[in-house]
Amino acid sequence: MAQFLPILSAIAALGGLGILFGLVLGLADKKFAVEVDERVSAVRAAVAGANCGACGYAGCDAYAEAVVRGDAKANACTPGGAKTVKAIAEIMGVNAEATEPMVARVRCQGTCERVTTRYDYKGVPSCRAASGISGGPNACEFGCVGFGECLSVCAFGAIQMVDGIAVINDDVCTGCGMCVDVCPRNIIQMLPKDQTVVVMCRNEATGKRAVQQCKTACVACKRCEKACPSNSIKVVKGVAIIDETTCTRCGACIPVCPMHCIVNFYERNMEDVAAATAQAALNDIEIP
Amino acid sequence: MNPIVKVLLFMFSCVLTNNYIFSRFLGCCPFLGVSNKVETAFGMGIAVTFVMALASLFTYFVYYYVLIPLNLAYLNTIAFILVIASLVQVVEMFLKKSAPSLYSALGIYLPLITTNCAVLGVTILNISEGYNLLYSVLNGTFGALGFLVAIVLMAGVRERLESAKIAPPLKGFPISLVIAGLMSIAFLGFSNMFAGVM
Repeated sequence: MAQFLPILSAIAALGGLGILFGLVLGLADKKFAVEVDERVSAVRAAVAGANCGACGYAGCDAYAEAVVRGDAKANACTPGGAKTVKAIAEIMGVNAEATEPMVARVRCQGTCERVTTRYDYKGVPSCRAASGISGGPNACEFGCVGFGECLSVCAFGAIQMVDGIAVINDDVCTGCGMCVDVCPRNIIQMLPKDQTVVVMCRNEATGKRAVQQCKTACVACKRCEKACPSNSIKVVKGVAIIDETTCTRCGACIPVCPMHCIVNFYERNMEDVAAATAQAALNDIEIP
Repeated sequence: MNPIVKVLLFMFSCVLTNNYIFSRFLGCCPFLGVSNKVETAFGMGIAVTFVMALASLFTYFVYYYVLIPLNLAYLNTIAFILVIASLVQVVEMFLKKSAPSLYSALGIYLPLITTNCAVLGVTILNISEGYNLLYSVLNGTFGALGFLVAIVLMAGVRERLESAKIAPPLKGFPISLVIAGLMSIAFLGFSNMFAGVM
């Protein structure tokens, strides 16, 4: 027994010191307790937590603090959606103004078969790099480059590359807008989710030149302008643009488009569009 | 020699000739890590001073009244680290409460005082040099003030470096290390300052 005494005394001495310091620290913790506003942690728990910065603050923590200070609105967290707005409003005791859910839309249908390829790009697989080399490998200088820069920044996995263009899954997209900033071609746009009628092209070339670049390019024929009953579609700089504030989503512009570049998002079926485009190309449509 | 003069000389020797950073090379991590701005460097120096002074005091009692009577002097390192870690925790809580801006500026380096070898170094040196209670606490306090002087000087130099024209390969950390070396050489000039009188 005696030979174990030093070990036991060592354990007792260090253990005793440890317990003593622990008690002191426990008391100090009580004495120096910092009163963190519990609403901050509650708001922090309610937001989406992607640190995406869509709210305009440095991160979810900064946003939560701003909300509690009263600097930020409860509805600034786009990824969190209506659920978060409601939760924050409950914590802060204000009425929720639900935001109109926004989704990102890739306004391009230039898949590999449709767009004309000018050269074979073998460099760094980056949209930005590729589009810097004499306007990019695709003949269309406005369309999707197809290297998926948007895909890599999407924190929610809502973007897929299909046939060389980015396709966003509406059900997964939270509307944080990260992809909008990263796209060198500026073809991704934040649109209200109920804006189902979208011009899927940004090509500013007109007439024959546009067709040479891509089989579904907007040729600026202005047929949609004439067909629109509410005057909300205009051809500006060689490309049709829908004003989503006046658009009634009637879809009158969709059948008149010879290039099939206006689509109704919830009726869109990639195969149908492809077949119609092929047919249109065969019919040798006349372009004004 | 007059004991008061002796104590004064000891204090100066702690700051200048036995500077923890420049002549003992202890505590280099926070010295290089937190010396970007004079303000945070000063805060770090004060925090280290507080921890080192208290660590010297507490470890003296722990060593001479707990470890020695129990024949456990060989456990001094582990027991001292326990003391230092607890002190750092207290300092951290205190700063969080009373100086939140300093708390966030020091960031990760605050808990890292726990592993600042200058703090453990001073407590172990107190024992190996056989200092009594007064000298232990003075060694801790003024050794830490030496650290404060060193880190504030370094921060002052580095603040000026921000606007200086430096060759690209030397920019940032390399030039800081060069400067630390030069400052260490400069402090060598103090090395025998009190040799004749102490």
